[in-house]
Amino acid sequence: MKVLIANGYVIDPVQGINTGRNLLFEEGRIVGLLERGEQPPEDVAVLDATGLIVAPGFIDMHTHLREPGAEYKETIASGAAAAVAGGWTSVCSMPNTDPVNDSAAVTRFIIEQAQHAQLANVFPIGALTKASQGKELAEMGEMRSAGIVAVSDDGRSVASAGMMRRAMEYARDFDLPVIDHCQDATLTAGGVMHEGHWSLLLGLKGMPAAAEDVHVIRDCVLAKLTGAAVHIAHVSTRASLEAVRRAKDAGLRVTCEVAPHHWSLTDEAVAEFDTNMKMSPPLRSRDHVEALLAGLRDGTIDAIATDHAPHHADEKALEFDEAPFGITGLETAIGLAFDLVQQGVIDLERLVALCSTNPARIFGLQERGRLAAGGPADITILDPTCEWTFDVSSSRSKSRNTPFDGRTMTGAAVATIVAGRVVYLNPNYTRITDTKQRPASAK
Amino acid sequence: MNFNRKHLLGIRELEASEISHLLDTADSFRDVSKREVKKVPALRGRTVINLFFESSTRTRTSFEIAAKRLSADAINISVSTSSVNKGETLLDTARNLEAMAPDCIVVRHAMSGAAHHLARMGKAPIINAGDGSHEHPTQALLDALTIREYKGRIEGLKVAIIGDALHSRVARSNVHLLTKLNASVSIAGPGTLVPDEFAELVDNGLRVERRIEDAIEGADVVMILRIQRERQQEAFFPSMREYAVHYGLRMDHLKRAAPDAIVMHPGPMNRGIEVSSEIADSSRSLILDQVTNGVAVRMAVLYLLAGGARNDADEKGH
Repeated sequence: MKVLIANGYVIDPVQGINTGRNLLFEEGRIVGLLERGEQPPEDVAVLDATGLIVAPGFIDMHTHLREPGAEYKETIASGAAAAVAGGWTSVCSMPNTDPVNDSAAVTRFIIEQAQHAQLANVFPIGALTKASQGKELAEMGEMRSAGIVAVSDDGRSVASAGMMRRAMEYARDFDLPVIDHCQDATLTAGGVMHEGHWSLLLGLKGMPAAAEDVHVIRDCVLAKLTGAAVHIAHVSTRASLEAVRRAKDAGLRVTCEVAPHHWSLTDEAVAEFDTNMKMSPPLRSRDHVEALLAGLRDGTIDAIATDHAPHHADEKALEFDEAPFGITGLETAIGLAFDLVQQGVIDLERLVALCSTNPARIFGLQERGRLAAGGPADITILDPTCEWTFDVSSSRSKSRNTPFDGRTMTGAAVATIVAGRVVYLNPNYTRITDTKQRPASAK
Repeated sequence: MNFNRKHLLGIRELEASEISHLLDTADSFRDVSKREVKKVPALRGRTVINLFFESSTRTRTSFEIAAKRLSADAINISVSTSSVNKGETLLDTARNLEAMAPDCIVVRHAMSGAAHHLARMGKAPIINAGDGSHEHPTQALLDALTIREYKGRIEGLKVAIIGDALHSRVARSNVHLLTKLNASVSIAGPGTLVPDEFAELVDNGLRVERRIEDAIEGADVVMILRIQRERQQEAFFPSMREYAVHYGLRMDHLKRAAPDAIVMHPGPMNRGIEVSSEIADSSRSLILDQVTNGVAVRMAVLYLLAGGARNDADEKGH
């Protein structure tokens, strides 16, 4: 069946399109973009996108689905449901499951579970080292054949520069970017929040910005040595962003992402010891947040990634020191990204680049991140004017650990289409699928 | 002036007038401990639970005596007898205790924010008897009561705080209290234990000195902090011996202080390390006065939070 997304405003940075267009797809694949006046084919079903933005499907580069191993926090199906409700057509799942995704068998299991769920695409990220222990290289080639898109020991930063060098050299030949959660564990040992004014005030052990900086700088040096593609996960400090900026200026293959909580909150939010303010890297001070906004503005930051990290309520209902790091993020990220648009930090085209174009390019998802003929019909439909309040009790995630419950945002993903299927539709936007609507061009 | 808060979690959130009210109330209870019959009926029929997850002799006993002198029923639960060792969470422990309808829970815990956690998630009024490196409000109040007793005021005094401020909840609570009441505070210790950023802990009235001699210069009050061996998993200084030489308070240091300067220590003391025995046992030392005043301060706090003030108001109403 042919489907036309009519009357929308299409933004596709790859094709340089930022204008009113109708989008035609069939059998899960994009047929092409039609001028507004162009006559659509016969027997076409119409999705009405009047006043809405039609963008290539959003891709979250940094998602923790807890399956296998911790299905009480999240399953691949529940995580995928949260993803599509947040506007993400694809998520890239981090390997820190139990067992760790360090083998083709686990990779295949994740992909199969995602296919059963039939919601978002799930692209697994493989471990860099066996069991993410930082000692022996994981079987990256095998996992590549099974479907991984990158390698990382996320959460357990690779302590040894020698090991990281070997991993980069090896991953390079399989076209696998190396993602690093940059953190020198000797500087963060026992730390639970950003080291600074608020950690001193609260008597909580701090994680200095320098712990991130030294590893980002190290990785940039190693990127030069090895020629590998290095992707810095959730950059959160001024100096690490500066290191990435210099690496890019020097022509190195270094990219980075930022997580929405890192520009939306500061370390002051920890003041009441709310464990939903505890994540790693931690919420930073205002000066670092300003640097992140500058990096979003000037293009140093390539991508917005959620670092969706579900934990059970019981685990978060512990003392601040004892509670696990991490918050959910799939359903709030795009609303928080629209904050950036309203503040004039980025425009809509850059929003699409940060959430779709660049993630696809960095992970080599060649047909995605664009609305080109022949590619999969993965589409995110946005309403920049939609005012909404996040209510965690209606979250699709199995977990509830968010600092953004009750937060009102303007701008949302209102429909999510994966391989031509509408897998999420905001209940206030049923007009999109009301087939009595006709495209403006056909009137 | 009333104290209308449900909990006492720290000094940082208090107004100067609330602190003064707590101190005035404590003053009025001081007398009870000097009588032959050391008991008033203010909290008769009320239940106070002392929930201590960290070993403590002084503070736990002080709260227990304070509760009993107010005629409350005081129950002590220490970590060794609690079910936390069986895997129960702090919150579940507190909720079970709350189910027995206490009027107040006094909590001591090794982790910062534990008292806030219970205050947010539970129902009973919470008194923070020390949470990790965060705050120890009743200690700061008893220190202030002692200073007021000997100096007649807090405002305008010069106070030197010496030692491990980084791990010290006593230091934090005292910095808040003393600067709110317009004392001028200098903190000194090695850079590993007194980071420069400590100076910005409060908006004004606080300085960080690198040499203890500079902090002590002209001081009216010298507060010594305990070296907290139990909180130091890493080495913050090379040896106890070296610490004692460079940062331990000795009698000759006091020549730099005001002639009538007083010396305080929250206890328990490491004699010969952060403070010489000569000072600890001298007439300058108010260490035991602090302990005495601790009972009066805790009586005041329990009275205001466990419903004593409500009792009085009810009686007046009838």
